[in-house]
Amino acid sequence: MTHKRWFTPWLLIAPAAVWLVVFNAVPAINTLILSFTNARPLGGGQFIGFGNYTRMLDDQQLVDALINSIVYMVVCVPLLTLLPLLLAVLVEKKLRGIAFFRIAFYTPVIASAVVVALIWGWLLNDRGVINGMAEGLGFLSGPLPFLTDRWLLLFSAISLTVWKGLGYYMIIYMSALGNVSRELHEAAAVDGAGPVRRFFSVTVPGVRNTMLLISVLISVFALRVFSELYILSNGTGGPGGRDMSLVMLIQLYGQGLTGHLGYASALSVLLFVVTVGPMLFLARLNRKES
Amino acid sequence: MARSGRGFNTISPAEKVLRYALLLVVLVITVGPFLWQLSTSLKGVTEDVFTQTPTFVPQHPTLSNYTEVAKTIPVWAYAGNSLIVAVLVVAGNAIGATLAGYALAKLRFRGSKLVLGLFLATLILPSEVTIISQYVIVRGLGFSDSLIGVALPGAIQMLNVLLMRTAFLSIPADVDAAAIIDGATAWQRLIRIGLPNVKGMLSVVVIFSFIFAWDDFLWPLIVLTDPDKYTLTVGLQYLNGTFSSNPRLIAAGTMIAFLPIVVIFALLQRFFFKGVDAGAIKG
Repeated sequence: MTHKRWFTPWLLIAPAAVWLVVFNAVPAINTLILSFTNARPLGGGQFIGFGNYTRMLDDQQLVDALINSIVYMVVCVPLLTLLPLLLAVLVEKKLRGIAFFRIAFYTPVIASAVVVALIWGWLLNDRGVINGMAEGLGFLSGPLPFLTDRWLLLFSAISLTVWKGLGYYMIIYMSALGNVSRELHEAAAVDGAGPVRRFFSVTVPGVRNTMLLISVLISVFALRVFSELYILSNGTGGPGGRDMSLVMLIQLYGQGLTGHLGYASALSVLLFVVTVGPMLFLARLNRKES
Repeated sequence: MARSGRGFNTISPAEKVLRYALLLVVLVITVGPFLWQLSTSLKGVTEDVFTQTPTFVPQHPTLSNYTEVAKTIPVWAYAGNSLIVAVLVVAGNAIGATLAGYALAKLRFRGSKLVLGLFLATLILPSEVTIISQYVIVRGLGFSDSLIGVALPGAIQMLNVLLMRTAFLSIPADVDAAAIIDGATAWQRLIRIGLPNVKGMLSVVVIFSFIFAWDDFLWPLIVLTDPDKYTLTVGLQYLNGTFSSNPRLIAAGTMIAFLPIVVIFALLQRFFFKGVDAGAIKG
């Protein structure tokens, strides 16, 4: 294949390439450079070596944020790997009205995290419907402080993330289930395996790679959490700022004219380092499959 | 009745009841909170929303909360701002990702492997990692505190370029070869052969670019300082801080942000689920 005009492909790629360079490559390199400086939005920018990185060691908020991230991952990964698979199996069979259920289950995914967090903030409020009903039915004598207790707030945000993610991973599993051999299912059924048995010995092995993929995606997603914690804590990061996430710290230090761009960049590098592990694992997984 | 097949695919009545029961339980869990919020937004000031035995259907449904919320924050102007950003992002992605995706899939040129590798490499970079430096760049370009600044970094997303490339790759090579023999230029082949064959993926890119831009929070929060330029998500967060005592107003605000995206998704969902269905539902 020859082209009369050698530059045609480059012309087509040019806009995307400009975005690749200006909004991806340059910021990536710049983040690394800034992380070794004391840059402020208005001036500054002397090279201070590993100053920002040694500062991290004494940052109690960062320690809290990393603990929060670990808790987030440990709870989210099993729940969001398993529950959406069960959902996908549930909506797999063509029943009347199944299209409606599929779309409905996907609704939390398309809603903004802000909208969803405001809705849950109202549900979990001291005077909200969950506390109200629990008290009304006599389960509780007073409201549970879902939004003002360090751990309850974290778990509220986690349940919100799980709830919002169900439909997203359900869709990924739906595509994967299509590749699970029907013959294998039928053979297992003929051999007298019940639905539960078939789920564990046919479905789960059949979607094993997708489960791996999804647990990697969730790990990375849990490390990147921002809006849920920000909105549920009303921007404060919870009692004593102990419910901050890593990204909340990046936003806190990086934003505005008084920001510490250097420290925010060092935190960004840290975020990259903790997410790159799962990502590289995913890249290897993809290469093996293709 | 449902189109149940024969043999293995036949669903027993008991199983059908069980499945519908489970479907309804999940429906309540996933959609219930939205309906509760909708209900709260329609309840008048005389109706107690804090009661221990809440009523799901408003006793005297009213739209007054929607006019009231517009008096406290310019919620319709914010919706307009969000729409401007979303339109810019959709247009940028539809055009930029289509052109680059086509070149990467269908045109041979020196360095194409390297370029593709660079696009792929960006995928391991979470957007939050570069967000502070992106802000430095956008400010350097003179777009801080502007809607263009909000739209700019996401206006061509690398993932969309790769998705469009995948879609173009699925067009058989001999179709293209025939057109080349006929003397069609790359541009003509993109318009006449390429585009009609990637409508599905292009719709997915359009839907998700819109949802991405409309829902985004962190980036506009960083870029915007002037309250007149807030997008809906940033404005709503502000509403939350100021008027948490009246959940009816917050409910009305969230519905204004939520309903447009539901309508758009409901209208375009068949493009989205078509791809899933084709692979997933064989029985």
